[in-house]
Amino acid sequence: MLSDMKLEDIVGEYKETVLDLYGNGSRKIFYTDIETPYPDGKLIVSTTDKAGIITHVNQSFIEMSGYTENELIGMPHSILRHPDMPSAAFKDLWDTVNRGEKWQGFVKNLCKDGGYYWVKATVIPNIRHGKVVGYTSVRRKPSRTKINECIQLYPTLF
Amino acid sequence: MSYTFTVSPDFSPDHLSGWYIFNTWLQRQSGEAIHLELYDNFQAQRDAIQANKIDLIYANPFDAAMLVREKGFLPLVRAWNISDEAIIAVSADSPVNDVAELLPGINVAVTEDPDVHTIGMIMLEAGDLDASNINTRFYNSQVLIAKSLLQGEADVGIFLAKAFDDLSNLTKKQLKILVRSQISVIHHSLMIGPALAGRRDEIQALLLAMNNDDKGKSVLNSLGFDAWIKVEDEEMEFMIDLMDTLII
Repeated sequence: MLSDMKLEDIVGEYKETVLDLYGNGSRKIFYTDIETPYPDGKLIVSTTDKAGIITHVNQSFIEMSGYTENELIGMPHSILRHPDMPSAAFKDLWDTVNRGEKWQGFVKNLCKDGGYYWVKATVIPNIRHGKVVGYTSVRRKPSRTKINECIQLYPTLF
Repeated sequence: MSYTFTVSPDFSPDHLSGWYIFNTWLQRQSGEAIHLELYDNFQAQRDAIQANKIDLIYANPFDAAMLVREKGFLPLVRAWNISDEAIIAVSADSPVNDVAELLPGINVAVTEDPDVHTIGMIMLEAGDLDASNINTRFYNSQVLIAKSLLQGEADVGIFLAKAFDDLSNLTKKQLKILVRSQISVIHHSLMIGPALAGRRDEIQALLLAMNNDDKGKSVLNSLGFDAWIKVEDEEMEFMIDLMDTLII
């Protein structure tokens, strides 16, 4: 279960809301308009178990999210859930990977400090000895054109 | 019985003799007859793998999925402190300073090296470029990619980062790096096929101990390596999954 965001971690002017995390309870979050640009040449990588609990993060994940590795491991991946992301996107993600297929999409992620960053994410099921044991998510730099399309599209999906 | 060892065709020409020296070392240490077979291109090598002609391979990460999941290969080791990274570069006098400024229709110079090509294309994606809106020109070496930029045949080059760093200073001064990947977890690996799998632990131990004596060290140096480190099965599976996410 995710605890609420802490006001002392937030940088800049913020808004607050409560997110329904669908099966992981709800979470009070604070979010700002401060964007961190995706770093050139890097991949943000994480793995989760079948329930979406984080089991591995790489250094870029830590740097971009603002959380420490200890704060991330064992938490639901929805720790990054931003209120501007429509739940339909995540439903599509889970429906796709549960069919054993790759999912790809553009995602606005929430940082520990209330800021955000856009990614192009690809999620695949980790199949070992014929069984799904978890999921790997790899994010890369999205083009500004695609981000702008999502900024127009996503509010229409609520 | 003789076994066949092969090396990913993207090896540096400087290390050609090194791979023969390594093969001789491996035969002596393992007591197995091993023939080194080098292929001119990736397709010829993949055909040989599909025909079950290969028992040991220093493999490009792009081919790891096929080797492990279709042909039953297992990882042994990888070179310490070496990962496959790519660089996107243009001519130094190009007005472009960022991938986002590149326009559709440009000529992109690449080698056949599949993992570097994949990583490079991902970095170009940030500029809304993909295989459908660029002209891809294949060259036989990283030096020829540099020449293509300097001669204006290509607008952008995708280099193996190590090969770019090894270009002469004169050439590098005439080029401009737009972006360098920092992925760290994509690497070539030495892998063992089903026919030799019974000796996996033994051969792995020989390789891991290679930097402990002068002879082994000198063989490693002829390959441009300092040491081998063990690749666990799950580490290989992780890299295969990661490569899989990059291919679409």
